[in-house]
Amino acid sequence: MKRTGKLALGVLTAAAIAVGGVAAEKAAAADEEIFIPLTVYRTGPYAPNGIPIANGWRDYLKLLNARDGGINGVKIAYEECETRYDTKLGVECYEKLKNKGAKGAVVFNPLSTGISYQLIPKARVDEIPLHTMGYGRTAAADGSVFKWTFNFPATYWSQAAAFIRHIGNVEGGLENLDGKHIGLIYHNSPYGKEPIPTLETLSEQHGYELTTYPVDHPGQEQSATWLQIRRDRPDWLIMWGWGVMNQVAIKEAINIRYPMDHFIGVWWAGSEQDVEPAGAAAKGYKAGNFNGVGTDFAVLDDIVEHVYGGDMEAAKEEGLGTVLYNRGVANMLYDTEAIRTAMGKYGDKALSGKEVRWGLENLELTEARLEELGATGLVLPTRISCANHEGEGQIFVQQWDGEQWSKVTDWLEPFHDVVRPKVEAAAKTYAEENGLPVRDCSQEG
Amino acid sequence: MLYREAGQFKTTYGADQAIFPIPQDRWVVYAVIALAFVAVPSVANEYWLQAILIPALVFTLAAIGLNLLTGYCGQLSLGTGGFMACGAYATYKLSTAFPEMNILIVFLLSGIPAAAVGCLFGIPSLRIKGFYLAVATLAAQFFLVWLFNRVEWFYNYNPSGTITAPPRTMGGFMVTGPEATAEARYLVALGFVALFALLAKNLMRGRVGRAWMAIRDMDIAAEIIGIRPLTTKLAAFAVSSYVCGVAGALYFAIYLGSVETAAFDISVSFLVLFMVIIGGLGSILGSILGAFFITVVPILLTNVPEALGLPIGVALAKQLENIVFGAMIVFFLIVEPHGLARLWQIAKEKLRRWPFPY
Repeated sequence: MKRTGKLALGVLTAAAIAVGGVAAEKAAAADEEIFIPLTVYRTGPYAPNGIPIANGWRDYLKLLNARDGGINGVKIAYEECETRYDTKLGVECYEKLKNKGAKGAVVFNPLSTGISYQLIPKARVDEIPLHTMGYGRTAAADGSVFKWTFNFPATYWSQAAAFIRHIGNVEGGLENLDGKHIGLIYHNSPYGKEPIPTLETLSEQHGYELTTYPVDHPGQEQSATWLQIRRDRPDWLIMWGWGVMNQVAIKEAINIRYPMDHFIGVWWAGSEQDVEPAGAAAKGYKAGNFNGVGTDFAVLDDIVEHVYGGDMEAAKEEGLGTVLYNRGVANMLYDTEAIRTAMGKYGDKALSGKEVRWGLENLELTEARLEELGATGLVLPTRISCANHEGEGQIFVQQWDGEQWSKVTDWLEPFHDVVRPKVEAAAKTYAEENGLPVRDCSQEG
Repeated sequence: MLYREAGQFKTTYGADQAIFPIPQDRWVVYAVIALAFVAVPSVANEYWLQAILIPALVFTLAAIGLNLLTGYCGQLSLGTGGFMACGAYATYKLSTAFPEMNILIVFLLSGIPAAAVGCLFGIPSLRIKGFYLAVATLAAQFFLVWLFNRVEWFYNYNPSGTITAPPRTMGGFMVTGPEATAEARYLVALGFVALFALLAKNLMRGRVGRAWMAIRDMDIAAEIIGIRPLTTKLAAFAVSSYVCGVAGALYFAIYLGSVETAAFDISVSFLVLFMVIIGGLGSILGSILGAFFITVVPILLTNVPEALGLPIGVALAKQLENIVFGAMIVFFLIVEPHGLARLWQIAKEKLRRWPFPY
């Protein structure tokens, strides 16, 4: 017995040494390729949401490599790293992947608000841009402070504002919001607290009453909260939830017979995974979104053809056409177009993170370009600038008909006059707290 | 062979009472310390320092803290995450309120609120023991995390509720904040671990430690020979929580840089408890081994399939890691229920009797 113990210890040490050695060897072997790290979560409690996004990422990059031979002829290398939606593992993945490839990682998509908060200061020092697409720190929309972080196409604050606009539209005008009662049920974490300041400011302007209902992580137990909602009966209910919290909340809403078409989820509470457990009973439930739903896009046809060899069934198994898969495709489309933009300036070769940051900041996706990419309607035309890292900030509201999501509103304009000053104030505070310089955007080329 | 003690004579009481009475042991420890302080930072790359060694060191400190309480004093605690959170939030409040205060002093002061809270939640230990005490300390875990999430003063009223370590220097070197190099942060963490390991070791060899162990082994007997359970148990809670608080401060300021309360949830408490159990209850070496085992081995296992060139996806690799790691924990506990430290002790005994071990 004792001898086996020692033996095991020996084997373990040897394995550890071997792993360290081989890993170092591999990093040196990469040639002239663009390296995009993919921090995914295919395991752990949030895997149902993480898998379709990761598949969308992977498939779009595969498509570019298979159909076009990469971006402008430069092959894309990518590597997945499993984070389990855990901040500590996310940091480990970041450290592991940041120096891979010919010139290091060109852009990180942390895919978790927690990991984003970790990486925002680090990425600035390492000169690798972050694209926190619709999550992370809202203040990063102000590019004069957050030079290395981009959160287009929209932020949580824009989304909250767009929800109020939607509610106003349904109620027959923003003036009718006066005296209405809006509830916010949120994940009690930095992520869930994001919309509160925006909703509070808008409630002062438009006269609705706001009540907040925090739900503690992970949100499996919400009966007390819903008892309170049942008592208060808010006219509208907005949800800032994530993972299992969404499914439970939707079921609870059905249980108290809350009118589902007055219940709006954040874009992380608006995927098939969130409503399917409740199925047809969730009919009418609404959610925000910033990427097109369904399979009716030329780019998705290309993925089926080039990545799955025309096998639609196999592609659908991997999530093609679902909300989160399409979001993954949209995400990589943005990033690769930014790389293409950067190549316009620096040439068609492997780029560094610094060069791709320029590409992200000067990204301009026109209607015509989206048409070429076969992504009309998948994302909105977007223009990023030094001052504005959020883009247009427009979203739409989709509704669950019991079987699938469909877009029920036009793209909604957030209240830029309300959101933007708040973004700038928050960015200013952040800059002061952390002693960061503020760029003068009129000087940037 | 390595442990031939023949001819080694001790001529003073001091030599006989040294922490490492055998010179060979002493040399090994000196060598390890020199290696850790000099060789590692000059050889290891940023990935090793930032992703592997710094978290391992921070958890070592937390494990030492919990081991003082659970391993030496016999009080089972599940509040480690909460006490660490106390240290982290104290660091944030102190360093933002007094920006000119040396960060080293901030870290040392941060343990004090944690110690106070630990004392408070240690009071039930006078009445209840074992699993029941674990449940009582669980209350600390949930209450503290809730408190830091709920009361906005703790995170200076910022809308996101995340605390970020401000950039601070120590002796001219940046040690917190994003500009701090991994080497500087590693050395600070290592310094704290070395300091507290030495203090803990000495504390345990003295009157205080013996009193704690007496309480652990049989509290009624300890009371009869004149050890006051009230002060002894509360002192154990205070010292343990202090060390855990400093570990929390390092976890926040040195390792992660910015945290939210979710970083201190119940899983952290369990993790530290597992480190102590696997490493060895009542052993400082055990705390170090346990913390390194639990933080480093999973990372190595994740990298095994990739290093071997096996074409399996990251998800499968992660599941395999869980399976293998779980099996390893079971294996080590079967081979030696008293932890990795005991395994090392047995190996040492054998080496002393080599080539005729029995």
